[in-house]
Amino acid sequence: MSGYEAVIGLEVHVELATATKMFCSCPNEFGAPPNTNICPVCLGLPGALPVTNAAAVELAIRFGTAVGSTIGRAIFHRKNYFYPDMPKDFQISQYDEPICVAGAVVVPALDEAGPTTVRLVRAHLEEDTGKSVHVGGTGRIHDADHTLVDYNRSGVPLLEIVTEPDIRSAEQARAFVNELRAILALLGVSDVKMEEGSLRVDANISVRPAGSTTFGTKVEVKNMNSVRSVAHALEFERARQIELVTAGGAVEQETRHWDEADARTHGMRSKEEAMDYRYFPEPDLVPIAPDREWVERIRAAAPAQLPAERAAAIAAAAGLPANLAAAVAYTPGLADWVDAEVGAGADVTQAYVWASQEVLAHLNETGKTWVDVAPPPGTFVELGELVGDATLSKKLAREVLADVLVSRRRPRDIVAERGLEQISDDAELAAIVAEVVAANPDTVERYRAGNEKVAGFLVGQVMKSTAGKANPGVVQALVRSALEP
Amino acid sequence: MRITREDVVHVARLARLDLDDDELETFTGQLGDILDHAARVEALDTSGVEPTAHPVPLANVLRPDERGRCLDRDGVLAQAPEAENGYFRVPRIMDAGS
Repeated sequence: MSGYEAVIGLEVHVELATATKMFCSCPNEFGAPPNTNICPVCLGLPGALPVTNAAAVELAIRFGTAVGSTIGRAIFHRKNYFYPDMPKDFQISQYDEPICVAGAVVVPALDEAGPTTVRLVRAHLEEDTGKSVHVGGTGRIHDADHTLVDYNRSGVPLLEIVTEPDIRSAEQARAFVNELRAILALLGVSDVKMEEGSLRVDANISVRPAGSTTFGTKVEVKNMNSVRSVAHALEFERARQIELVTAGGAVEQETRHWDEADARTHGMRSKEEAMDYRYFPEPDLVPIAPDREWVERIRAAAPAQLPAERAAAIAAAAGLPANLAAAVAYTPGLADWVDAEVGAGADVTQAYVWASQEVLAHLNETGKTWVDVAPPPGTFVELGELVGDATLSKKLAREVLADVLVSRRRPRDIVAERGLEQISDDAELAAIVAEVVAANPDTVERYRAGNEKVAGFLVGQVMKSTAGKANPGVVQALVRSALEP
Repeated sequence: MRITREDVVHVARLARLDLDDDELETFTGQLGDILDHAARVEALDTSGVEPTAHPVPLANVLRPDERGRCLDRDGVLAQAPEAENGYFRVPRIMDAGS
């Protein structure tokens, strides 16, 4: 089986982070009660006329300029087909003149083979469909009794990003989707929540003998609802096709759905008739013709660096290991916030260490986003000052930061309220050291017999009896001098 | 190339139109005439002429991203053939696959 390679191209649908829908002023929001964000335009009522959302166009251009697409004149077309989640019986999309043409996403290295460049064919604007809930049977589409439709999502702006077949493995596909998500999030183009359907991935996959330059018969794989399922579904489909071909069979061109429950892809419908969408120009919408000035204004307002470039810059500036720098750079909003703190006087290394450790640990534990928990500006500056004047040890500073992330209070208020000031007072600590030394004669004996490592135990006892608030440097010096005969 | 009766059957099926034999006859003739006219236009030399995307010479007609009013749900669902729990209710969508 190792003589074959997979050839994979992806189609990624991204819901844009606008306040309203693509062609009407209904809210674009997830989770509203069904059929409350609807109007004559997104219900396709007779006579209703679409008007293009400027913000959606600008977000598409922002993405295109960031990945090196050519931004040109764009025409909306009608894609005609019948489905209950699309009340107009056509979807407004872009066909032969999409807003973004070409471009590329560089996927960071998975192994020593180095980074992979995945070229983009295009990225075009279109509208999302409504959402169907299948009722009865097992709740799956093919044995449902009837279907309920919610049109809140109908007309939500989508950017469909289509790649060239440049991906060669399921792992690479996963890495590409992760990279694309990070780019879209950093640019503020989408909230990229796959669990809410803001980012949906379909794949075309075929197999061929390694080194061949022709393509095998491709299968379209749908219903991959997480980055993990993209990797699992494509790995399953790669193995299935190779097994078919090596057994002398042939891959059938079809659409297959990934089923998370049984971890297999399933053929969906027999293609008695190839889809015939009868695209034609949407007569109710005029072209989008971005001039250079408009495109440049959008480019200038967007973050200048992609996440991978940002990570490299952070690693260099803060002396952070590459993986920690990347973890910060790929967390939307975090690096910008930290840089603002550094600009206001926080130490760059200290600030990024806090960001890559306490902050990311907190986000991982709580499942929250940085945007949810970001404390008031100046928090790292203040925390740095508290460490600088020895009010807090670095350990206590981490504890205060953990509190800040939950309570959003100022570090100084937390220190005052919880009595967390570090004890650096020599006399106060000397008394505690004397107590600990007196209580542990055996340890003192062993130290004096030459086992100097046991001093650490005594330091630990002092820290314990001060609830971790003693200045560790001062305690160490005091313990040493108390032990010397 | 003249449009055939089979073409009209195909297009009618795509549009979910149920046409009887007389209608198929009529539309095959009428659609043929329309395509003949298009063929005459197509015969003109249009090299160097920019394709027309829209008859109105306008571009970038855009709307600010500001929320407006939506319709009342109960009023909308009252006009649907069937509704259930705030949803439109429709028949099952697809036949069993493999």
